[in-house]
Amino acid sequence: MNRVEGRVKVTGLATYAAEYPAENVAYAYPVQAQIAKGRVKRIDVAQALELPGVLAVLSCEDPPRVAEDADPELALFQRRDVAYRGQFVAAVVADTYENARAAAAAVRVDYDPDDHDVRLSADHPGLYRPDVVNPGFPTDTAKGDVEAGLAQAATTVDVTYETPVLHNNPMEPHAALAFWDAEGRLLVYDTAQGASGSRAAIAKTLGLPPDRVRVVSRHVGGGFGAKGTTRPQAVLAALAAREVRRPVKIALTRHQMFDVTGYRTPTIQRVRIGADAEGRLTALEHVAYEQTSTLLEFAEQTAVVGRVMYATPNLRTAHRLVRLDVSTPSWMRAPGECPGMYALESAMDELAYAAGLDPVELRVRNDPETEPEGGLPFSSRNLVGCLREGARRFGWERRDPAPGIRREGEWLVGTGVAASTYPARRMPCQAVATVRDGDFLVQVAAADIGTGARTALTRIAAGALGVAPDRVHVELGDSDLPRAPVAGGSMGTASWGSAVVRACEELRRDGREGRADTTEEIKRDAELARHAFGAQFAEVRVSSVTGEVRVSRLLGVFAAGHIVDAKLARSQFLGGMTMGMGMALMEETPIDEEFGGFLHRDLAQYHVPVCADARHVEAVWLEEHDDALNPMGSKGIGEIGIVGTAAAIGNAVFHATGHRVRELPITPAKILAPRF
Amino acid sequence: MKPFEYARATGPAEAVRDYTPGTMYLGGGTNLVDLMKLGVAEPDRLLDVSRLPLDGIEEARDRVRVGATVRNTDLAAHPLIRARYPMLARAVLTGASGQVRNVATVAGNLLQRTRCTYFQDVTRPCNKRRPGSGCPAIAGDHANLAILGASDACVATHPSDLAVALAALDAEVHVTGPGGDRIVPMPGLHRLPGHEPERDTVLAPGDLITGVELPPPPPGASLYRKVRERASFAFALVSIAAVLDVAADGTVADCRIALGGVAHVPWRAERAERALIGGPATGEAFLQAAEAELEQAAPLPRNAYKVPLARNLIVATLEELAP
Ligand SMILES: Cc1cc2nc3c(=O)[nH]c(=O)nc-3n(C[C@H](O)[C@H](O)[C@H](O)COP(=O)(O)OP(=O)(O)OC[C@H]3O[C@@H](n4cnc5c(N)ncnc54)[C@H](O)[C@@H]3O)c2cc1C
Ligand code: SF4
Repeated sequence: MNRVEGRVKVTGLATYAAEYPAENVAYAYPVQAQIAKGRVKRIDVAQALELPGVLAVLSCEDPPRVAEDADPELALFQRRDVAYRGQFVAAVVADTYENARAAAAAVRVDYDPDDHDVRLSADHPGLYRPDVVNPGFPTDTAKGDVEAGLAQAATTVDVTYETPVLHNNPMEPHAALAFWDAEGRLLVYDTAQGASGSRAAIAKTLGLPPDRVRVVSRHVGGGFGAKGTTRPQAVLAALAAREVRRPVKIALTRHQMFDVTGYRTPTIQRVRIGADAEGRLTALEHVAYEQTSTLLEFAEQTAVVGRVMYATPNLRTAHRLVRLDVSTPSWMRAPGECPGMYALESAMDELAYAAGLDPVELRVRNDPETEPEGGLPFSSRNLVGCLREGARRFGWERRDPAPGIRREGEWLVGTGVAASTYPARRMPCQAVATVRDGDFLVQVAAADIGTGARTALTRIAAGALGVAPDRVHVELGDSDLPRAPVAGGSMGTASWGSAVVRACEELRRDGREGRADTTEEIKRDAELARHAFGAQFAEVRVSSVTGEVRVSRLLGVFAAGHIVDAKLARSQFLGGMTMGMGMALMEETPIDEEFGGFLHRDLAQYHVPVCADARHVEAVWLEEHDDALNPMGSKGIGEIGIVGTAAAIGNAVFHATGHRVRELPITPAKILAPRF
Repeated sequence: MKPFEYARATGPAEAVRDYTPGTMYLGGGTNLVDLMKLGVAEPDRLLDVSRLPLDGIEEARDRVRVGATVRNTDLAAHPLIRARYPMLARAVLTGASGQVRNVATVAGNLLQRTRCTYFQDVTRPCNKRRPGSGCPAIAGDHANLAILGASDACVATHPSDLAVALAALDAEVHVTGPGGDRIVPMPGLHRLPGHEPERDTVLAPGDLITGVELPPPPPGASLYRKVRERASFAFALVSIAAVLDVAADGTVADCRIALGGVAHVPWRAERAERALIGGPATGEAFLQAAEAELEQAAPLPRNAYKVPLARNLIVATLEELAP
């Protein structure tokens, strides 16, 4: 189905957070820490205050009031400590954006710098074991005896992979526009992946009851997780508006987005696998080393993939974190699964070579009956089907496994495969469906961050009501609407759709209105392992002259329950796979070890794939019938597309060259280094 | 961004007369305006030279004269350029994106500044931006910086693709300035960083580029090739502009090699050229020539890959050009 808001978007009529008109609006511009660690000695605002149009300067010299238990990344200007380079230490509010920006440059900040530490390593003395990893999984698991399993294996691999800092880089910058009314109620137009969650976070930060806050995010220009939790701009707009008693608007620059809106933690991952003579796993161990900040613990669930993927009697997974003088990592498309499957699926490929087995066959042989760690039955699992269908479409049976032997001129050609997985969850949600002018109005505080959620929900509601989609109007992106969970974790459509279906069913019974709250329904969900699976196949060409890698073909086959809308789904899969290609070959934000913070903070330096890179990217899916998910029978599809792509490409690079690069991204420098 | 005045130049001579310290000429603005937003360039005044009547591409006997304000897109698309200097057209088309090339001018392209990340960030030191403040790239992020001709003060590279092609073609840059008119032969426009990395070129304050003159196309076959990890819209890791003329007896009659992405200047590989001319046009000779050139390389830990990359590129390109 075409996007219901497609027309307003392409004609420029769709209003994004920073675009709402506001009378008498003022602008806030942050001042950022220029040290990586230490204390703010003094902030001198005298000169800034004299500049034209300046209304106020907020800083730790006169901290604005926020709740004591506020999230430390959101509790702006409360402390003199600097936790990372780029942290907001003050902000100027002025009558225009330009005046605010000019005055921000005139704020003088004196620091007492301390030595900083921004480098993650697997032997860092500060490594510790967090209590849980996101979003609540056990940090470590152990089943059987990994050492014994490895000792009895016919083949083993013991390999370490590294992934760099990655930034989400949605097209629309983080922005907010805040209004306070005379009764002390706050309205924020925010770039949020969930209006209900953003309202809760802003209310909590400011110490307000949630019903005094309203968040509106009707259109959001991408998020990929970076807008999944409230970011400082929303709080800054609210604080500044309260201070100057005018509406205040803020839109972050690309540089500031790199600094304060989160990123994917770098990871170092050691994977050990043993297999018997038939290629059945005798042991699997996956240990992930990652970073968080000194402000907050963010523990990416990287090693959880081993708990789901392959049958083995001896299984150990573990996560270790170190607190560095960096901004807090945050959610980025398929957090955990994406970096974790890069390592696990690369290691499986290495095992296939070591054991002399076809990598598709190796995975098929180790497909488990029940979830390897917990032993729960799967609601549905079609990894094998995806692998087989992908192999058929890709022409895998013609593949000669020998690495480094296919040449087209200077180009070495290779193919690789990797599996994908992502949990299929849903969360409690409310929705209301009513009859309006003979048509149907469906209300839910869902978020459409460019994914087509509005369109998918229109289609779901139309199906539940038994009417044509053009008779359904879906209203979302407003915390005044029935409460809904975040557009994240690939559970948006499943959660919102459940509530929408129930509300529509109720409307059909009632004739006028239907209200739903899925809290109780979800509590009754059977205990099952619910995951989507997929298989990705890549063909690459690697220049033996330059080390350039070009992906000539990428095929993803997914089994993700019932696909609600083919057009929307395809673009989610292709987008995820293309982003995975970026992770494989080019994306990386270097950390500045000397001064702290990040280098390459713009899109001329942080490269994401362009059209010329995505030459032949194809996504297909197997129809899957799974009644144990939700009324639609759907699994989330927003994230699985990026899971496994980098491994498939890395495996293809090995097949092409005979050289295994174990640190992403796979750049010409790394291809050239040892080989040519 | 510092407040500035804006004025439009009425003619080349008027522009030079109108020049005062603190003035900067404005071409398409695709580099300068970015640097102003970043606080790296802080002119008091912009003198817009982009609409000067220097936008022609004309034949003058066997030479071709390209005006300074010709847009990159128009340069690459022009029939004279495509027919006689296909390597130049190709170099331009590998640069930036269609949108940027539509706006960017020939002079602006030659005078664009380094993409070194520290240079672009006013909160960090950089000798080129703030002389004497230090060069953090040497111990830090230099993966895409120079392996040839760098100094202890600066290891930046010049990012232009156009300049590399012009260096191989022995183009002449026409300049008018407070000191009168003069001609600067490529690759002599840009200079090595030495102790004055703040100076990218040999131009003096107030000098205005009016155009580029291309001598008759050298005999032989030519090629421009650019290496980058992304297939488009990325600066070169290393690039090469090469011309090779092989005589009937199989010896190299003439050869020009210029490298991009390896130095503070478009690097004319003179040692390699000297090694090749008069000798056999064989893969072995190409390799020896490339190695002779790269003997002078002084790579840093994270850009050492550029040495084998440049070597391979020279050899593969010459092999492709050899009959
Ligand atoms: C994202 C991005 C990617 C890019 N990728 C590439 C690439 O791959 N390859 C490449 O070669 N380039 C690339 N570029 C750079 C682009 O080519 C340059 O920005 C452009 O050519 C500059 O031309 P301009 O006319 O806009 O110059 P301006 O920005 O207007 O000026 C640049 C400089 O030249 C001076 N100047 C301008 N005209 C004159 C004159 N007539 N006489 C004397 N001084 C003058 C100005 O004062 C200024 O110092 C990229 C740029 C961007 C933004
Ligand atoms: S290499 Fe040159 S431009 Fe880069 S930081 Fe050093 S001095 Fe500055």
